[in-house]
Amino acid sequence: MTLMAVLILAAALIGIGLYGALSQQSFVMLMMGFELMLNGVLLAVIGFWALGTGGSPKGQLLAIVVMAVMAVEMAVGFALVTAVYRRRQADTIEGIGTLKQ
Amino acid sequence: MTIVDLAFVLLAAVAILAGWRVFVTDSMVRASFLLLVSFIAVASIMLLLAAPYIGVATIFMMAVEMMVMALFMVAFMMNPAGLNPMMMVHQNRLAIGAGVATFVGLTIAIVMTDLPTRELHPGTPVIHDLGIELLGPSMLIFESAGVTLLAAMIATVVMSARSGRFGPSDEGSRPPGLDRDGAPAGRVPDAEQDDNKSNDGNVDAHGNHGV
Repeated sequence: MTLMAVLILAAALIGIGLYGALSQQSFVMLMMGFELMLNGVLLAVIGFWALGTGGSPKGQLLAIVVMAVMAVEMAVGFALVTAVYRRRQADTIEGIGTLKQ
Repeated sequence: MTIVDLAFVLLAAVAILAGWRVFVTDSMVRASFLLLVSFIAVASIMLLLAAPYIGVATIFMMAVEMMVMALFMVAFMMNPAGLNPMMMVHQNRLAIGAGVATFVGLTIAIVMTDLPTRELHPGTPVIHDLGIELLGPSMLIFESAGVTLLAAMIATVVMSARSGRFGPSDEGSRPPGLDRDGAPAGRVPDAEQDDNKSNDGNVDAHGNHGV
């Protein structure tokens, strides 16, 4: 298990997450794509921490900040989904085409 | 190949396969559980990398988060059980291209880079070090993360609340037209007119869209 292997796995997760975020129509699936990308970022941070920087505690702190970002993204994302659904009865990206204007 | 390497390869395969299946399965509840599987595989790799605190915290957080996600799926989405085949994607080719390009680009960058090789010394008290760091030199960052979470909680309640303090925020509003005094731009949701009559009156504030 080398740092390169861990980072390539993280890159694969980020690529899959980007595909999901760009291609999915429903908001919740879109957020799954974001989650998968952050998952890759978290793995890359921990990989660098354990195999690159010799276990400096600040690396774990960065991982905790990434986890906080994940939680915020999830909570605010679902609040936005709820708000949009209340006002527009929309649950897909195409349902809020008025934002284009 | 040691047993740690073998476990890493297996977990990496599980993480990637489950992450890919998330976007091709018909059932949305199944998709959220597949995402949970992917997260647990990544968290197990973190455990292999001697990060027990972060790994276990990720498992706990994601288990709860995916349950919430599955609930939202059932509440908001059509066809949550996946009884009918379904493909809800747009710009699929562009998205596949972007995903593959990202992976290839990042991989080239990783392979070309001279990566640092200072490995974690076995037997380092990592959780003890993390605790000292969190409540010592980096306390401000840690507390900022906490305040950010509090702000997110307040924002969540405000945004998902049924109405503001002075009633619905867009009451009587009307999207601007493309030309002066023209009809409002954009698509009016099909369900809007019908739903206003059957609902309990909470969504009728913008019932004048498009008239």
